[in-house]
Amino acid sequence: MQSPLSVPGRESVHADEVLTARSGDETFYQALRARGVSRRSFMQFVGAVAGMLGLEASFVPRIAQALQVQRKLPLVWLEFQDCAGNTESFLRAAKPSVDEVILEAISLNYHETIMAAAGHLAEEVLQKTVRESPGEYIAVVEGSIPTADGGVYCTIGGRTALDIAREVCGNALATVAAGTCACFGGLPAAAPNPTGAVSVSAAVPGATVINLSACPFNAANITALLVHYLTFGRFPATDNLGRPLFAYGKRIHDACERRAHFDAGQYAERFGDQGHRLGYCLYKLGCKGPATYQNCPTVRWNEGMNWPIGAGHPCVGCAEPYFWDTMTPFYERLPKVAGFGVDADADAVGVGIVAGTAAAFTAHGILKSIQRRRAEIKEKEPSGSESTEE
Amino acid sequence: MARIVVDPITRIEGHLRIEAEVDAGRISNAWSSATMFRGVEIILKGRDPRDAWVFTQRICGVCTTVHAITSVRAVENALGITVPENAELIRSLIAGLQQVQDHVVHFYHLHALDWVDIVSALQADPVKTASLAQSISEWPLSSPTYFRGVLNRVKTFVEAGQLGPFDNAYWGHPAYKLPPEANLMAVAHYLEALEWQRDVIKGHAILGGKNPHLQTYLVGGMAVPLDLDSQQAVNAHTIATLQSLFKKAKTFVEQVYVPDLLAVASFYPEWTQWGAGVGNYMSYGDFPTTARLDPAQLFLPRGVVFDKRLDAPQPLDMQKIAEYVAHSYYEYAGGDGQALHPFQGETNPRYTGPQPPYDFLDTEGKYSWLKAPRYDDRPMEVGPLSRMLVAYANGHQRVRELVSFVLERLKVGPEALFSTLGRTAARGIETLVIAEQLLGWLDKLAANMDRGDLVIHNDEKWDPSSWPEEAEGWGFHEAPRGALGHWVRIERGKIAGYQAVVPSTWNGGPRDARGQRGPYEEALVGTPIADVEKPLEILRTVHSFDPCMACAAHLVDVRGRELAQVRIL
Repeated sequence: MQSPLSVPGRESVHADEVLTARSGDETFYQALRARGVSRRSFMQFVGAVAGMLGLEASFVPRIAQALQVQRKLPLVWLEFQDCAGNTESFLRAAKPSVDEVILEAISLNYHETIMAAAGHLAEEVLQKTVRESPGEYIAVVEGSIPTADGGVYCTIGGRTALDIAREVCGNALATVAAGTCACFGGLPAAAPNPTGAVSVSAAVPGATVINLSACPFNAANITALLVHYLTFGRFPATDNLGRPLFAYGKRIHDACERRAHFDAGQYAERFGDQGHRLGYCLYKLGCKGPATYQNCPTVRWNEGMNWPIGAGHPCVGCAEPYFWDTMTPFYERLPKVAGFGVDADADAVGVGIVAGTAAAFTAHGILKSIQRRRAEIKEKEPSGSESTEE
Repeated sequence: MARIVVDPITRIEGHLRIEAEVDAGRISNAWSSATMFRGVEIILKGRDPRDAWVFTQRICGVCTTVHAITSVRAVENALGITVPENAELIRSLIAGLQQVQDHVVHFYHLHALDWVDIVSALQADPVKTASLAQSISEWPLSSPTYFRGVLNRVKTFVEAGQLGPFDNAYWGHPAYKLPPEANLMAVAHYLEALEWQRDVIKGHAILGGKNPHLQTYLVGGMAVPLDLDSQQAVNAHTIATLQSLFKKAKTFVEQVYVPDLLAVASFYPEWTQWGAGVGNYMSYGDFPTTARLDPAQLFLPRGVVFDKRLDAPQPLDMQKIAEYVAHSYYEYAGGDGQALHPFQGETNPRYTGPQPPYDFLDTEGKYSWLKAPRYDDRPMEVGPLSRMLVAYANGHQRVRELVSFVLERLKVGPEALFSTLGRTAARGIETLVIAEQLLGWLDKLAANMDRGDLVIHNDEKWDPSSWPEEAEGWGFHEAPRGALGHWVRIERGKIAGYQAVVPSTWNGGPRDARGQRGPYEEALVGTPIADVEKPLEILRTVHSFDPCMACAAHLVDVRGRELAQVRIL
């Protein structure tokens, strides 16, 4: 069995060695205990994470062990063409006392919105992480990266976002694209994409990128992603869009609490009508749940308090690529599936919807424009990519 | 003389840069530059106006929801749609909770560390800290045991050697003046506020599905159903939960935020002398007090105060709003010397700044991605201070009571309001004023439901075929950071033009064609800088406006040598 602490491309490390070799580093478990979190609470948290990852109970001790001996993973968080919505989402994460500590489970070396204040040493911490720990830190990127006109549409400290992303993501163990803008270009890349905004994987083609899409992403998913890595020493399996299957493996429609109403042909026809008040299916009001993959219905938001469909508004498909162009107009039934009747088989409807979405891509020429855009970006890249190791 | 570069700060959520000249220990000139552009207004062209709020909400994820409400109001204004009272109440509840939560987060997590030294807290005596806390508030978490626990947590954290987000700050800077006990109390409340903000914002999830980026607005109303006899709608259980959250919000503001604000402010009286800015204040007003959104019947009034003249408030005329691009990376078809009203507004980006990487901007030419909005051709400050001053000048009873209370406690006169500290204090006053209203608005909603009024959406004009060929309208909102306006033109069912003029544009915009500085720029002039490598003073004044995001700053002297960098939170 692979050691829980093995890292791809490196020799696996036994837990005891880590404890001995890195006794100076505080582990997640130690950090928790130091903050007064009981062993019992810790195990409850581990159980919740295992559940989120879709793991059986037998994995709980394994996760617990990993969190107790794993040294803190360095993490830097960059913001480009963003709204900080993913940062805010991260700050609302799960169980109060525990997610605070999650910030300590990792070593959050750089995050503009969270860092207290620092002189030039703040920038040095970022540079130090990149230069001294290449391949050993996680980069999180929030926001898209503009590539048009030499990248002048987003500069930080006089440097372009593209320049910074190439250096920081290019040297990272892996990059987490936080939210749909970083995953797929998102809002800035919506037609006509005035700034040539692209995703992280398009901007830094060689980087290992895990996409956590949605607008914003659900903090529970990055927590689970990090724990997955800390526990198993590798990143989870993803779909063909680079999104972890544990969070994007199922259509919203398939896990929706209103699904029974869909199957029964019970629809809200107008906002505020009886069907709407009784929680009937929102499909006819424009719901994009049948074409959207995310664990929204099961994880929900704000500590499980609610989720958009739960509050009566149709899904807008925010976890899907180019949803600003393919899922709009939001209040129209996007997949105009001919002959869709109240007794239609739900899965057949789903197939039709996927086809419809593909048709919409083609019809709007969006796929082509994206391909064109990517080709343009490639042309703009220097022939020899910058060295990632110094 | 030294040239200081603070980069970046933001447009709203993007990135903002400030360059300043320091002469004989004071800032003699300053320039505010936004360094990020996304082109949301361009992206909106040709789209369904009913979708616009989903797009515009993404302008900002910190003050999430504010561009959503403004957008639906703009379209409703254009199409002549009247929103049901229930929907107005739900909007007020969401916006009010946003104000309260956002202001508390700003005070504790973005602004407090300009005044509070965490490292000094390590020297605190828990018993004395408890005495201090109990002398200023009834807040129950105030025992010596509690503060000893906090102290031990901080000590353990520091001694572990991994300071994480608290690493490398200006701890020990001589401008920090709080005694260790006040610092420890503030640190404890910093941690409490972190948990509090996560908790109270669940009210947004209840009414809007999630936070950030609520998903519940509709042109013509709101999407959250009301029904006392449904488990999938706002019902008695939901109302009880909201009541509990709103009470929790108000109690924290009364017993923690406001007492802390007064305690901290009392140690920094000199900050009532600096940071006044342009001295002109504008509020669009917000929170309808009647069943309909009537600009003359708003809980926080609409109006303008020029030249700090609280005795002579003026009515607001939205026709007097116009934007310059003389120093902005845009061009107007009719020439850059003119100012355009948002209905005639153009967004034609044309970058003429230095090619990155660069050290300095050409501040003689165009130097920002922000336009320069003006009212009656004058720069205006917007935000909590403006709202409180306009309300005060218009005789708002509760605002007057609380302003007087705060001025008495700090032993200063009304002129102290026109300052960095006044701006920070006004935010606290406003938080209390609004926190006091939430339960009342919820009661009104419950009373309507009790009468059987469950209407949340007016869909008479939901179908685009019911719209006129052409229409235009504007939507307003008082966002946490100030007066927010969206202007929309609709042609044949599609958006033909969209302009957002946001609080950070008013406050952080560059010079206009006449060379008048914007509010950030003006407020910084005259601010003393004790140590150009550690310009805490710049942080204090810039943060008092609550710029929307965290930024890094670079300090560079006139020869271009990098001296230091400053993190702006």
